[in-house]
Amino acid sequence: MEAPELPDIVGALRAVLPAECVLERAEERRPYECDGLTAFRSVPAVVVLPRTEDEVRRTLLTCHRLKVPLVARGSGTGLSGGATPHPAGVLLSCARMSRVLEVDPINRIARVEPGVPNLKISEAAAPHQLYYAPDPSSQVACSIGGNVAENSGGVHCLKYGLTVHNVLGVRGYTVAGERIELGGQAPDSAGLDLLALTIGSEGLLLIVTEVLVRLIPRPPCAQLVMASFADVQSAGSAVAAIIAAGTIPAALEMMDRKATAAVEPFVHAGYDLQAAAILLVESDGTPEEVREQVQEIERVLRAAGATALRVSESEAERLRLWSGRKNAFPAAGRLSPDYYCMDGTIPRKHVGHVLEAIERMEREYGLRCMNVFHAGDGNLHPVILFDANEPGSWERADRFGAEILELCVQLGGTITGEHGVGLEKLNSMCVQFSPAERAAFFAVKEAFDPDGLLNPGKLIPTLARCAEYGRMHVHGGAMPHPDLPRF
Amino acid sequence: MDEGDHAVLEAWRERIGAARRGGSSLRLRGAGTKDFYGEELNGDILHLGSWRGIIDYEPSELVISARCGTPLSEVEAALAAHEQFLAFEPPAFGGDPTLGGIIAAGLSGPRRMFAGAARDFVLGARLLTAQGDLLRFGGAVMKNVAGFDVSRLLCGSLGILGILTEVSLKVLPRPRLEETRRLELSAGQAVTAFNRWQGLPLPLSGAAWWQGTAWVRLSGATAAVRAARAQIGGDAVPPLDAERFWSALRHYQLPPHAAASVWRVSLPQAAPRIDVPAEPLIDWGGALRWYANVPPEIDMRERARAVQGTALHWRGAPPGKRFPPLPAAIASLHRRLKERFDPAGVFNRGRLIAGV
Ligand SMILES: Cc1cc2nc3c(=O)[nH]c(=O)nc-3n(C[C@H](O)[C@H](O)[C@H](O)COP(=O)(O)OP(=O)(O)OC[C@H]3O[C@@H](n4cnc5c(N)ncnc54)[C@H](O)[C@@H]3O)c2cc1C
Repeated sequence: MEAPELPDIVGALRAVLPAECVLERAEERRPYECDGLTAFRSVPAVVVLPRTEDEVRRTLLTCHRLKVPLVARGSGTGLSGGATPHPAGVLLSCARMSRVLEVDPINRIARVEPGVPNLKISEAAAPHQLYYAPDPSSQVACSIGGNVAENSGGVHCLKYGLTVHNVLGVRGYTVAGERIELGGQAPDSAGLDLLALTIGSEGLLLIVTEVLVRLIPRPPCAQLVMASFADVQSAGSAVAAIIAAGTIPAALEMMDRKATAAVEPFVHAGYDLQAAAILLVESDGTPEEVREQVQEIERVLRAAGATALRVSESEAERLRLWSGRKNAFPAAGRLSPDYYCMDGTIPRKHVGHVLEAIERMEREYGLRCMNVFHAGDGNLHPVILFDANEPGSWERADRFGAEILELCVQLGGTITGEHGVGLEKLNSMCVQFSPAERAAFFAVKEAFDPDGLLNPGKLIPTLARCAEYGRMHVHGGAMPHPDLPRF
Repeated sequence: MDEGDHAVLEAWRERIGAARRGGSSLRLRGAGTKDFYGEELNGDILHLGSWRGIIDYEPSELVISARCGTPLSEVEAALAAHEQFLAFEPPAFGGDPTLGGIIAAGLSGPRRMFAGAARDFVLGARLLTAQGDLLRFGGAVMKNVAGFDVSRLLCGSLGILGILTEVSLKVLPRPRLEETRRLELSAGQAVTAFNRWQGLPLPLSGAAWWQGTAWVRLSGATAAVRAARAQIGGDAVPPLDAERFWSALRHYQLPPHAAASVWRVSLPQAAPRIDVPAEPLIDWGGALRWYANVPPEIDMRERARAVQGTALHWRGAPPGKRFPPLPAAIASLHRRLKERFDPAGVFNRGRLIAGV
């Protein structure tokens, strides 16, 4: 796309927005150069910080008129480069649109602005013993607008669902400035389910300005069972056994020994460091329900070959056991200068197989990889440790990651369970989808945004890009020019 | 897919190609249980019922994948053998609908507010397009955010974007214990009680009201159901009676569903009673209310809008006036999507939106 002269867009935005909404000095724009995936950086031409829906609309109209790209940003915690700015475009930050507009305890809903951090919603609902269920590990920081864009999950989505299951409606604007209301408090809505389409659309279809979420009663009681296993295969089978026994725990997470060894020294969660893998299985509900379910879980885990079991005896102990899991990424950061977190999903039955394949890849790429993941959903988070200062290290990590994702696709899974495609997984999209499927994605994009101005170049790879990636693959998996930055 | 399968798909492709070239439209039909449903029925019938069979079902994965023509009874029997079920309880309308039709219509039963709607259980779909391409979206895994969520978009699309040839659905274990309580309450008291209970951690799986009686279904762990009894109060309903009631409600077979003119009003769960001289049948804990034989001078859409609801003229609607009208900006998104997926208007023309 031809980039317009810089002053044009800044001047045009200044003409329609209050002065403090528009940041143009280099040092003001710099902090927005990347999201949580720091390997991708580019400084936007200008940053807009609207406070109101109308300011969002004016910004969109301006971009639309001048044909300038626009990238929305929530809190910038995304892990796939979804919020990486366009160098000739506007970066629209929702950070100042962060009010909880309404909590209705009778209908059990909350209406919030897009920049509200996920956890703030539950805090606002807490006086009514209600909460918003999806709980990404980043929930202190990540925004509901970002959650909607990524269809984010959390450790409890096995039982309570993803963002798509808990968002009842959104209001947004097309790039042409048209106001679009989708869903709402009434469960039926006419026409196609554009709400489901918008959730997970990574800011390519609409800019979301208001979100209506469902609140649910906070379970009065929760208990966590930690189970140790002598090998990852049997831990994997135990996961399937729990589900097959007819129980859906509130959470069902796995950590391998590399992960427990990484977190234990600084979190002191009390993990069994002898175990090849541990499972963290949570039950929540009324005290009677939890008692019944925990007994059942213990029985199944024993039968599945658990070498040790520990059941949390107090809320403090439960939280301590969780703290290791929740701090897995920071722990990776202490072990290694850089880490790269992957996000494939596979049918549960293949968990053991994939973990073994990853071990083989560790040797092949000469990099370590620890595994922490949402085992109940088959959603893997291999964390590849590397050192960006070491030449070729990032490229190896990148290829290692891509190979894991290709294995996920081969096993009937997907290249991303919750972190999104963004810029990061464009190549892997070529593996998962045929040209006709990618054309259908472009068709959806064009229906909303014919000029391709919203978050251009993300989510859907072009034919040319996939052809290029295909050619690179022909060379036995070895990348040409591994030293050149490829993005 | 064996040779016979290829022949079926090829035959469909030919019909699609012929319709496209001839400017005509195809009316996609599974078992025909929803022939009454939709805005307009246009085009020559394309029967999809022969493309049937469960492709993959592994209970420990909580996923079933089946071809669009697979009858509901076959899916439910396979699941029941492993103590699992379709938690969105799709209506059968007294027949045996196909899975494709169920997902294309996207209707959900009494568990809607407690377990989720049809679209919440859609994990993946295959779509045969107007260009004859067989596309796959989503998959057979619980979490998948690769690309736009087209499989959920297809749920409730009434076939206007293409032929759903296969779907993958999330299934759930059957609750250990299920029990129904019955209470004598007015409609207003029932809605208030339903909402109060839903704000508490109770294992509700149905909350309905009809003719002075509130029906409350509890499902879950034995201990949870037992503990909830006391909080709900009322009388225990004998299992057979309970089964009869929930089944009639689910399959739209209570008297109000069959009236000459029926409005289906969907609204915020705790919405006050709307100003209509008839008593509704209430489902979904208050969020779905059926009104039979409302005098024609009453503007139901307006009354529903007044409480942030929407009204669908379920039976007895004048042609093209069944579904609530779409706001202009949303209608134009629909037209643009249709133009891109099915530019010649081959599939179910006018079924979801008159003229589209
Ligand atoms: C330590 C850590 C742990 C994490 N744990 C999890 C986890 O458990 N589960 C999980 O799913 N994710 C997790 N994530 C990923 C990330 O937090 C989520 O993807 C989150 O939803 C991103 O929210 P954000 O506000 O930071 O969005 P950003 O990163 O700012 O943006 C993400 C995407 O949303 C778009 N967007 C933002 N706001 C809008 C809007 N108003 N309208 C339209 N588009 C918009 C952006 O353009 C971009 O494409 C984790 C990240 C980190 C750093």
